[in-house]
Amino acid sequence: MKLKLITAAVAAVMAAGPALADLTFPSLSYRTGPYAANGIPFADGYADYFTLLNERDGGIGGVKTELLECETGYNTEKGVECYESTKGAGSLVYQPLSTGITYQLIPKATADGVPVHSMGYGRTSAKNGAVFHNIFNYPANYWDAASIAIKHLLDENGGDLKGKKIALVYHNSAYGKEPIRTLEELSKKHGYELRLLAVDHPGQEQKSQWLQIRRERPDYVIMWGWGVMNQVAIQEAVNIRFPMENFIGIWWSGSENDVLPAGEGADGYKSLTFHNVGKDFPLFGDIQKYVVDAGKAAGAGDQIGTVLYNRGLYAAMLAAEAAKTAQAIHGVKDITPAMMRDGMEALEMTEAKMAGLGLPGFGPEFSVSCENHGGNGFGAVVQWDAKAHKWGLITDFFQSDQDVLGPLVAEDSSAFAAENGITAGCN
Amino acid sequence: MFYRESGDFKTSYVEDNQTFPIKFDRYRYYFVLLVAFLLVPVLINDYWVNAVFMPFLIYAIAAIGLNILVGYCGQVSLGTGGFMAVGAYACYKLMTAFPEVSIFIHVLLAGGITAFVGVMFGLPSLRIKGFYLAVATLAAQFFLVWLFNRVPWFYNYSASGQISAPERTVFGVPVTGASTDAWASYMFCLVFVTISAILARNLTRGSVGRKWMAIRDMDIAAEIIGVDPLRAKLSAFAVSSFFIGVSGALFFAVYLGAVEVGEAFGITKSFLVLFMVIIGGLGSIFGSFAGAAFLVLLPVLLKNVLVGMLGWPTDLAAHLEFMIVGALIITFLIAEPHGLAQLWRVAKEKLRLWPFPH
Repeated sequence: MKLKLITAAVAAVMAAGPALADLTFPSLSYRTGPYAANGIPFADGYADYFTLLNERDGGIGGVKTELLECETGYNTEKGVECYESTKGAGSLVYQPLSTGITYQLIPKATADGVPVHSMGYGRTSAKNGAVFHNIFNYPANYWDAASIAIKHLLDENGGDLKGKKIALVYHNSAYGKEPIRTLEELSKKHGYELRLLAVDHPGQEQKSQWLQIRRERPDYVIMWGWGVMNQVAIQEAVNIRFPMENFIGIWWSGSENDVLPAGEGADGYKSLTFHNVGKDFPLFGDIQKYVVDAGKAAGAGDQIGTVLYNRGLYAAMLAAEAAKTAQAIHGVKDITPAMMRDGMEALEMTEAKMAGLGLPGFGPEFSVSCENHGGNGFGAVVQWDAKAHKWGLITDFFQSDQDVLGPLVAEDSSAFAAENGITAGCN
Repeated sequence: MFYRESGDFKTSYVEDNQTFPIKFDRYRYYFVLLVAFLLVPVLINDYWVNAVFMPFLIYAIAAIGLNILVGYCGQVSLGTGGFMAVGAYACYKLMTAFPEVSIFIHVLLAGGITAFVGVMFGLPSLRIKGFYLAVATLAAQFFLVWLFNRVPWFYNYSASGQISAPERTVFGVPVTGASTDAWASYMFCLVFVTISAILARNLTRGSVGRKWMAIRDMDIAAEIIGVDPLRAKLSAFAVSSFFIGVSGALFFAVYLGAVEVGEAFGITKSFLVLFMVIIGGLGSIFGSFAGAAFLVLLPVLLKNVLVGMLGWPTDLAAHLEFMIVGALIITFLIAEPHGLAQLWRVAKEKLRLWPFPH
């Protein structure tokens, strides 16, 4: 019996490997578990874009793409299993959508020579490609987000935040702690007062934090939340009648799932983003025609146009563009993970390119280089309109404060290099 | 026919008292060791080590540890996750503070530190029992996780609060960090599992283990016949926490490489290890292995069958996995309330009489 089971398992592992002629993109998704509500739209968007490429263009550069989905449930142990089970299939790039799993994959993927793209999450100092050869986090990272939020507040206050009180409500984990350092540095520069309020996983219990906010009356609240924590925080903010337009969430705290439960009260809530919202783009017509109408939409097919669906779509688009770049650099259609890495490092997103893909103005323009794996740090602010059930951009894409962030990235990445015996360098 | 005592003559007390008195058992045990030490390291690849063997071996150590406390000494504990975290953070601090010392020693020291912490949290067990003790250990779980999240010294003031294992070697072979070979990390864990199992087995059948079992069965009676409850209970907490600490250190340093305390060592970890012990069988070393195998390997197997072979959507498979594992747990516990170890014992009893059952 045991032998039979082992044989079955071996056969299963073998069968999981797709035909080698395809470009394999693993999708470490989470459609179950405490963060499923956010994981599903992202995974759907990621899958639908590759389906569209296959159906409309016959793949990337004439080679079909193959999507290998693996369920992590936002659990790091399952993430390891997923990584090991998919890497043998020639996986080109990993996007785990979890800071915890990203931290684990950084050394493993670097040793295996597979690139990781943690888009807007993961380890911020991976921006320094001279140390993190295989890790990319373009177009923007957590520290950019912190700076963008503060810049937005500066704009609103005529460039002066002196004496203002800003509270950070954050998920008490690696993810939530990321912006603290940056916000502290920025508070030295701009003279605001920073209050830190940690919320423990999963974040359903936030009464005490919001009581504190009610008592101390900070002028602004910035939030670093994910999953159910966002909904609870927004509801609590509504309960204490905190002015919503003074409440800004990171891009992971700004999806429809987060604001809808609070109903009308959430009107005016702001969130950051590094890509556009809605589905008024020519590409969505193609998705309707080639994917949805053909019955090939991923999941239930009801997420199209939501914020996180667009983010998944954007991630897939950047991956596909990097694959195209890699094909052009190496003159090979069937690229390997190492070639994919080169493609990602040479990636350049321009307005003309995005317009050509049917996504005009969908994201900021940026270019990647060995020294800069993090793009240019452009982001924008969106605001929720509860009546229309729509997010809308209220600013253009603008750049974070690179003067403050540059030294922080250099410091953290050189600490990592020293700890792990990496000699930094671009060749 | 072949599984029986008769014909296997023992001429000394040492032979008579050996762990496996039946010849067939003994050879099977040697065979398993031989395969595990010589054959498996040659055959395995990254997937088998990282998804199958390593979690199985590491959880087996944790289950052995908890089994000593719950199964042998009868002290219910829900603090396993917290104690594993102590092992992991102790190992991390030692690894980064003394990089030139072998990781092997660090893991043992991490176990020792956890034993000390375990004894501290075991003190209330002298006054409180049963469910109340479970609540006290639950407090340990939450306190320890909070501590490692709150005090930056434990994670060396890193920006994110994550700890990641730098590369460390044993006899010049890297066993932690990125460039580790599959066989090296497997062998490293296997050595710890083997030593733990032999140690635990011999502790539990010696006078120490008998004292634990006396306390478990009836503490007042044990006290009357001369068992010191203070020493028995605290030694159980110390030994149990030592094994759990070792498993926590391996879990962080060798298996995951980077952990975050709330995610990796939360209350769910405590429950997971407790379920392993209950399903495997309370008061059995084999049960610890069986329970760990059941809860670690079955989900991986189901995932591979449902997604890999049948090609089902991943979310459907993940939900179904919960249902199947849950149903199997209930079925096993109804069929045999004393766990998989009891099934194994009954099978051996039947084998001994076979083919003449009367």
